[in-house]
Amino acid sequence: MLTDLLIDAAKAIVAVLLVLNLATVLLWFERKGSALIQDRVGANRAAIFGIGRRLGVPNLGVTNTFVADPLKMFTKEDFVPDQADRFLHTLAPFLSLFPVLVTFAVVPFGDRLIVGSRVIDLQVCQLDVGVLYLLAVLGIGIYGAALGGWASNNRWALLGGVRASAQMISYELAMGLAIIAVVMTFGTLDLQEICRRQGGAWFGWLPKWGIIYQPLAFLLLLTAGIAESKRIPFDMPEGESELIAGYFTEYSGGKQAAFMLTDFAEVVLVSALVATFFFGGWQVPYLYPEGFRLPGIGSVLLPNLVVAVLGVLAFGLKVVFFCWLQILVRWTLPRFRYDQLMYLGWKILLPLGLINLAATAVVIVAVAS
Amino acid sequence: MEVGVFAFFAVLAVVSALGVVLQRSPVHSLLALVATLLAISALLIGLGAVAIGFLLAIVYVGAIVVVFLFVIWLLNLQRDPGEPGHLAAKFFGAFAVAALTAELFAFFVRAPVGPPPAPAGYGSVDRLADLIFRDYLVAFEATSLLLLVAVVGAVAVARRWPADQPRRSGAGASAHGELRRAERA
Amino acid sequence: MTPVSYYLVLGAALFAIGVAGVVIRRNLIVIFMSIEVMLNAVNLTLVALGRALGSTDGQVMVFFVMTVGAAEAAVGLALILAAFRSRHTIKADELNLMRW
Repeated sequence: MLTDLLIDAAKAIVAVLLVLNLATVLLWFERKGSALIQDRVGANRAAIFGIGRRLGVPNLGVTNTFVADPLKMFTKEDFVPDQADRFLHTLAPFLSLFPVLVTFAVVPFGDRLIVGSRVIDLQVCQLDVGVLYLLAVLGIGIYGAALGGWASNNRWALLGGVRASAQMISYELAMGLAIIAVVMTFGTLDLQEICRRQGGAWFGWLPKWGIIYQPLAFLLLLTAGIAESKRIPFDMPEGESELIAGYFTEYSGGKQAAFMLTDFAEVVLVSALVATFFFGGWQVPYLYPEGFRLPGIGSVLLPNLVVAVLGVLAFGLKVVFFCWLQILVRWTLPRFRYDQLMYLGWKILLPLGLINLAATAVVIVAVAS
Repeated sequence: MEVGVFAFFAVLAVVSALGVVLQRSPVHSLLALVATLLAISALLIGLGAVAIGFLLAIVYVGAIVVVFLFVIWLLNLQRDPGEPGHLAAKFFGAFAVAALTAELFAFFVRAPVGPPPAPAGYGSVDRLADLIFRDYLVAFEATSLLLLVAVVGAVAVARRWPADQPRRSGAGASAHGELRRAERA
Repeated sequence: MTPVSYYLVLGAALFAIGVAGVVIRRNLIVIFMSIEVMLNAVNLTLVALGRALGSTDGQVMVFFVMTVGAAEAAVGLALILAAFRSRHTIKADELNLMRW
């Protein structure tokens, strides 16, 4: 009993720490990555007593991102504007960060791990209706941005909040439709089960990943996901040339850090969802619970521990890859106009999602009969 | 659901429902409404209606209440300075509410005690879908028609017709039309 | 296990709070939110009674209540908007043109 509780607690802590750390690393990834894309040098100044230079290590901006910036951010004045709604102003950043973090409870990060007679499912919470939980929690996330904008008593912040909530509610539809198509394909709402059903291979060599069943849904989910995280090219809610900084214009210090962390945690979340639904989650091609079975070469037997660790590593690799893809998109595309955003969401993505859903249904019935 | 957990969510639901009614600022009322709905959906999940509990959170918290928020913003409602209202209406209103409460309580306290253990698969999506798409199919199709009519009606009622206003602000009006459609989620 | 009657009493309490909101408050938006509280109190009651009877039909009812609630919110809020545009108020007492 107590051991189970401890294992659950450990899984939860590991998942949250992984997400938070990956989100922070992404901050650095984005600074140096954008520098790479734009042929700049990027952050390379801050150093601690010049230790790196004396040792001959090139300054990669690590100190900037992980020491100097957080230090600066958290020692700033926590500013609340005059006549702002103090309660909501304080609540909003946490209302924004919390839903994103708890979503990871249902995202599986590995297969079963067998320790002695105990089988540990590498997922924080096994939930039969995991997809519904996901959508419900993401729905709460809207209020963070919306109320943050409203409580600041600033018209640009309010405009940013309105834009953010309208955008998120619009793209949640496309996201939901894409996810429902996947759910129909695999016939379950449990994310761990969705991963399991992506195991195996066709013709002995083509992995049965979701992308092969649902290529359109993949594009829909990725697009809607980037829009949900409010990043370029969908960053009208914080468009700095129009709205100063959008819904977090009036935030400073730790509260603004919470908003920023939300952005990066959402990037990680979208990557994790795309990897889970379309790229087999923790599945490694040709890796089965008993070991590798390579087509035309033969098989290698592996102990359970190695298989589980390989799965976790594969999931991490896929997540990092999609994080990088999103950073690439962010620094490559220009910003949409607001009407273009609504046009894309309602007149392109939504009909495509519906057509995809109908086609999926027809194929499923045709295959079954 | 254990009694302690039930008590927690029950108190949360009652306190936040009181918040909906008593808060002066509509946005605070709205936040209290969100808390009430989340507490109720947690209670539904505790009763074994897992799918419907999450659906309640998705539909109400994720869509309907956001539209309330938009209307509050659109009307630019700030803190209520205090409502005049008729004292008599309030008095008789409170009286009627007290009578209703007493009646409901008297009625419900005698309800069967202790739910039977839930059968396997109770409240699962399979069971729910089976009922909706078999026994309640006509009602289901009728609600989809109702939603369609409601969406068209809402757009028709809330729209600024060209005759009312010669120039309408493009962004606001179109975003608003989109919101109505978001209802269908 | 928590007795079903607890859920029913809670549902009754929430419903009564909703009714009080409709009767006491004059702000149309708040009245509307109180109606949502009432609807969801009934949802809770439906599921609790369904559980007591061991049937899933109560949950199907909740499903329909939710869809009708969504339609009601869409039309109702549109009406509030239209009323505000023509009368510049959303106080229920001041929208008295149709009163005898």
